[in-house]
Order: sequence, then structure tokens, then C-alpha cells
Amino acid sequence: MLNWFGRKQAPKDVAKDRLRLVLMQDRLAVAPQTMEQMRDDVILAISKYVEIDRSGIEFTWKDIDRKRALVASIPVISVKRGGISNDRTAQRSY
Amino acid sequence: MSETIVITSGKGGVGKTTTCANLGVALAIQGCKVVMVDADIGLRNLDVVMGLENRIVYDLVDVVEGYCRLRQALIKDKRVDGLFLLPAAQTKDKNAVSPEQMKELMMALKEEHDFVLVDCPAGIEQGFKNAIAGADSAVIVTTPEVSAVRDADRITGLLEASGFSKPELIINRLKPKMVARGDMMDIPDILDILAIDLVGVVPDDEYIVVSTNRGEPAVLQESSRAGQAYRNIARRLMGEQVPFMDLTEKESVWEKIKRMVKLG
Repeated sequence: MLNWFGRKQAPKDVAKDRLRLVLMQDRLAVAPQTMEQMRDDVILAISKYVEIDRSGIEFTWKDIDRKRALVASIPVISVKRGGISNDRTAQRSY
Repeated sequence: MSETIVITSGKGGVGKTTTCANLGVALAIQGCKVVMVDADIGLRNLDVVMGLENRIVYDLVDVVEGYCRLRQALIKDKRVDGLFLLPAAQTKDKNAVSPEQMKELMMALKEEHDFVLVDCPAGIEQGFKNAIAGADSAVIVTTPEVSAVRDADRITGLLEASGFSKPELIINRLKPKMVARGDMMDIPDILDILAIDLVGVVPDDEYIVVSTNRGEPAVLQESSRAGQAYRNIARRLMGEQVPFMDLTEKESVWEKIKRMVKLG
């Protein structure tokens, strides 16, 4: 918050910065149910490719570099070899 | 062509009622036939700001419920020609009226007036929904503070979702000296953040307190800076192009030195 004179940032600029951030959050407000649905859909999509640890999933908003980001941390146990195009018998052959 | 304008803000205490009263008087001075509607049922105040509190017989809820005719509830202001007030009920709550009833009421008022100004309650609940129900356009009042600007943004979103294409902004209580010091957000800062059109800026003016104490809107006082700003906004609402008042104020050298010493 200190500029290169070592002086504090002007109060009006502090206000502007804080408003920008809080409005970004307000404008992107998503209902908890929607968040849950989104989380389930992401898990479903990823589960086609990898085995995941469902208990360790983190799925939240984070503010990175003044931008709102959707951050998902999903612990992977193993990769499903062959990916989506292979059927179950192909996977078992490993 | 008559128009219903709702004056709203989200946050309380930013000057909706004062704005409504002053714009009502200013529009009437310009020769328009105006009715101000207090939609803040249960917490009415437009009557005291206008100095008409002793003349209330019937109120908005009485009209809606059919206890009296619309004309009986309208209070005629004796200071300016063509200015009327429809007071809110004080003993009922916001659910006493529905948006449909408000729409009907606005239609009836528009038939006989050039401008219907609706003083919206704070908040985003039933009272807000009622107040915007019959309005053609919206004016959002904010002050140069984080909380007020944030709420103005929320209200803008809600108004747009309700079909208001272009809400306009009034920045109230701007303190030019604080802006000059960088202690208060300036007009471009706020417009940059809210991204809506500006219809006026009202400088902070101690006379507003005096005028509210007396029940005489500041536009009636020639020398009031806020009154001047409201007169300009009224003319803009009528479609005139009025240049914005110059509100820039420089810090005097002495003030600058005092501030430097304090900071140092």
C-alpha cells in the first residue's frame, strides 16, 4: 500500500481498488446450489480420465491478480490408461 | 408526454428523499405538473422534508384500498404551482401494496401530471419492487463512499434485470476539497466503476440540513449550491442540455502545508 515516496496510497485509490474487487465478487455471485452442481459436473468429467480422491476435493473462488478465478484442487489417485476411447476390457488388460 | 421516474439507491441515508423533494420542486418551478409519491410505506419522510406533514389526511394505502379517491389523497404544495405529494402510510407495512396496484396507481397519476417522482425505500425487498413497478425510468442516488457505490451497482443490476434499459446516476454529497486532496473518490472514479450515465452531481451543502429542519427544499433557496445542482438536474430530466457545475476546488497553500505537516 506504500508508493515509491514511502507515502500511503491515496484514500480514494484504496476505495477504488477495494470497490473493484468487491464488485467483481458481487457481479459473479453464484448460488451455493449452482456451485455444487458445477462441482459435480467437473468431477464427472474428470472421472472419465482419472481416479480421484473425492474426499480431498477443493472447489472455490479465489482472487488472483485482481481477477476472480474458479480454483479446483482435485487429488488424483491414478490415471485411467487409454483414456475415454478405450472400453473396460482394454483397461483390465493392464 | 409524461414520465414516471423512480428515485432509488439500495443503501439508506444517501439522500433519496432529499433528491426527490428537490427535483419535484425544481421541475414544478420550471412549469411542469409534478406529483411526488412516497413509496416508503411504514417509514415515510418525504412529507416532513417537504414541510407538508400537517396536511396529510389520506395516504397511498387508503387510495389503493379504495378508502378515498386519488384526488383526495394528493396534497397540493402552496409554495409552487403544479406540485403535489402523495404521502405513504405510516402505520401499515410494505406488503399492504402489490406491484400491480402500484402500476395502476402510476398510470392514473401519469394521466394528470408531466412527472411522477417515486421516492423508493432503501433495500431490495418488497418496497423496492413496489416502487419500481410502475416506473418508466430510474435515477440512482449514490454518495462517493464504498458502501453506497457498491449498493448502487447492485441496484443497477436489479433494475436492468427488471427491464430498465438505462438507469441514470446522481452523485450526492461530493466534497470538492476532499476530492482535491485525494481523500474522496472523484466523479470519473465512480463512473468508471459503475459504468452508467451521469445525470448530475450534488455538492455537499450544509444548507440541506437547514432546509430539512425547516421543511423547505434547498431549490427554493437561490444561494444554495446543492439547490443549484438540483435545478440543473431537473432541467436535464426535461431534456435540456445543461453543462455540469464546476465543482473543482483547489486546496489553498496554507491547507496544503497543514496537511503535509500532519502527514510528515
